Amino acid sequence: MDRWPSKWMDLPIGGVINIPGTSTWVKTGTWRSHRPVVDLDKCIKCLMCWVSCPDNSIIRLDDDYVDVDYTYCKGCGICANVCPTKAIDMIEEGGR
Amino acid sequence: MSVTVRQVRTGLNGDEAVAYAVLHADVDVISAYPITPQTIIVERLSEFVYNGELDAEFIPVESEHSALSAALGASLAGARVFTATASQGLALMYEILYIVSSLRAPVVMALGNRAFSAPINIHCSHDDAYAARDAGWIQFFAETVQEAYDLTLIAFRVSEDERVLFPSIVNLDGFILTHSIEPLHVFSSKDDVSKFLPERDPVNAIDPDNPITYGPLALQNYYMEIKRQQAEALFNSKKIIDEVFDEYSEFSGRRYVPVKKLFVDDAETVFVLLGSTAGTMRHMVRKWRREGKKVGVVSLTLYRPFPEKEFVESVKDVENLVVMDRSFSYGSPGGQLYMDVSAALIRAGVSPRVLNVIYGLGGRDFTPDLAEKALEVATSTDVPLIWLGVRGD
Repeated sequence: MDRWPSKWMDLPIGGVINIPGTSTWVKTGTWRSHRPVVDLDKCIKCLMCWVSCPDNSIIRLDDDYVDVDYTYCKGCGICANVCPTKAIDMIEEGGR
Repeated sequence: MSVTVRQVRTGLNGDEAVAYAVLHADVDVISAYPITPQTIIVERLSEFVYNGELDAEFIPVESEHSALSAALGASLAGARVFTATASQGLALMYEILYIVSSLRAPVVMALGNRAFSAPINIHCSHDDAYAARDAGWIQFFAETVQEAYDLTLIAFRVSEDERVLFPSIVNLDGFILTHSIEPLHVFSSKDDVSKFLPERDPVNAIDPDNPITYGPLALQNYYMEIKRQQAEALFNSKKIIDEVFDEYSEFSGRRYVPVKKLFVDDAETVFVLLGSTAGTMRHMVRKWRREGKKVGVVSLTLYRPFPEKEFVESVKDVENLVVMDRSFSYGSPGGQLYMDVSAALIRAGVSPRVLNVIYGLGGRDFTPDLAEKALEVATSTDVPLIWLGVRGD
């Protein structure tokens, strides 16, 4: 299952969420107006972005460098804001 | 189920009767804040818990808002839960009322019906019951102390039924029932009552091994479907309520039906009402029948879900209906019961003359003289609304 049934009689009673992990059904990446882009040349592997991301959308790589999960990243910019070396730029979506 | 359970004849006031019913229901959690005229209920329950008669958690919360919030949490955890309040206390519970019913949490609440302020008044109006009428709770109205006891047991059984899962309010008129001692029959033990009301078998109880989310966000895409489901489920609870009424009638030897009727079949004028005043009207109707007047009375033991079909069936051939409201919906065409009744009549395509009588606010006595006055107005004029027994009219 990757979405709730659409008809009222098929939904769980009381609007409860009775199965785990349903938040992954919501592709919050579509909300984004700006995307974080990491410049690995400036990255010092401090992982501040990884611990600060509210949506688990910074992916920690094996060598402790980082990547971004654009399926769920909402583009909030917290990662860019906490980065001590300004290694993350917020680039406008669909633009220039 | 046959009547094999011993009962004791005793004298109790309405609050004590409810407290005994809660004791006999063997509740797990009582979460309440004292307020007149309900206070005696929680006083007795705290004594039962303190002296060991009742093995329950008694939570003396700091407000009614917390009382119902704690009751909700306990119910979701699978406990059998009771609370009680009145008037301003119900008002303070208001936002939680909707959450309890929407999360389908069985909770039983006794409501010692009392007028809303201002002016401050501790006596009976049905303001609080009506304030909860849209909140998705099942509502029963007791006419006597006996009914307050019985309906409390019935309410637990109905609310906890897995085909229902809605909270219930048992209404009992402030002071008229809460503080009046009447003779009644009660069961002699929790064990006996358990034959009618076994231990709760919760659905979707909070369980760390099977985590679920209660009360999440649902916006434009799902809110309406969830509410539609809730509306249908509350309507559907009616047939289970009928079933439980029948079963309790057999268990106790006292007959319970959603719509109580007296002399309605050939009546030209029928009074419709809720609560203890039904007893007064029954007395009056018997008197009028002796005088050859074709008058009947209908009282609703079940108010929510509104027993529309039985109600309309019972009054469809009547010329004059007198709908009695112990409250008023300010700025509306009339009292709250009047609006329910009017909608039901229009939907059924029947159109008797309907008089809405506002009576007894703030505990003002409803006397036989006032009943005579209401009958006179109903049968001789086309006045749609009167405030009965008010000085100046």
